[in-house]
Amino acid sequence: MEPLETVELTEQQKKARRRRSVAIALALVALVVIFYVATLTKFGPEILVRPM
Amino acid sequence: MALVEKHSLTDAPEFRVSEAMPGDFLALLKPRVMSLVIFTAFVGLATAPGAIDPVLALIAILAIAVGAGASGALNMWYDADIDAVMSRTAKRPIPAGKVTPDQALAFGIVLSVLSVMTLGLLVDPLAGALLAFTIFFYAVVYTMWLKRSTPQNIVIGGAAGAFPPMIGWAAVTGSVSLESLVLFLIIFLWTPPHFWALALFKSQDYGSVGIPMMPNVAGEASTKRQIFAYSLLVAAIGVAPWLIGMTSAVYGVVALALGAAFVWYAWKVLKMPESDRAMGPAKALFGYSLVYLFAIFAVLLADVAIGRLMGL
Repeated sequence: MEPLETVELTEQQKKARRRRSVAIALALVALVVIFYVATLTKFGPEILVRPM
Repeated sequence: MALVEKHSLTDAPEFRVSEAMPGDFLALLKPRVMSLVIFTAFVGLATAPGAIDPVLALIAILAIAVGAGASGALNMWYDADIDAVMSRTAKRPIPAGKVTPDQALAFGIVLSVLSVMTLGLLVDPLAGALLAFTIFFYAVVYTMWLKRSTPQNIVIGGAAGAFPPMIGWAAVTGSVSLESLVLFLIIFLWTPPHFWALALFKSQDYGSVGIPMMPNVAGEASTKRQIFAYSLLVAAIGVAPWLIGMTSAVYGVVALALGAAFVWYAWKVLKMPESDRAMGPAKALFGYSLVYLFAIFAVLLADVAIGRLMGL
């Protein structure tokens, strides 16, 4: 069977993709931290007090 | 029978793998415009009456900055065709071939949604709504509609750049008031003379891509007169925060001096001979207009901060 023809990324393309992936990861972590901290700031421990 | 025709990957039209770096995406956010947005939004937030948790204040500023950047990315997506032709914008990420238009569009939409959601949910719903309207106004009303159709493009479009202090104010108070309206008007009335000064010495650029900037449509003489008229309005509205009791007389005096200098620079543009192609006075006004906006908001901030410290 013939080997599947795939795209070979150049070193530059691999590097760019890696950097973009890291940037997206950092942005997502930042968003999680922002929502976590803002939740604590706005509600404090009261976030845990709710009717069951 | 083969269900899929065999094609070589290299046959595909315009097949390319992105080499865009994170920095190229950052450039889509127009960082220099963003710095002005951050500063004016901060002044709106800091001078508003009432208290806001510092963490939420920081989040509000970040959301406003990202929202403004997102509208910049959407602007670059739509305007890539004319950006490629104008010397001032030819090196932007899309015309430079670093980012594809589709990437810029997706980037702009995702950041718009995230910034509005963050501001609206975590800080204040009205502030979030204002940010959403600002992005819509800049990307759709200004970029897609006004920019290519009327010489009043930046007069009306200037509203988009004037909203940030109002959003900052709303983040604290949850409302729009006379004070935040005055902050809005300072930037709104400042925008036409600022951009028309630029348009005067870049009129060939705008003309070559068919953007109806005032000098290309109404002529240089009319543009200079309008710049001067707007400079008088800028000088007048600059003093307004003092007149409505937002600041002390110290701000009023400094604002008067800054405004007088603005009128002086605009006067020099008005008197600039048609034969002056170097357009020194127009370049000087453009440079001063940036200094003016930073200075007037900095003095306003300092005045209100000192007033609060002294318990006035």
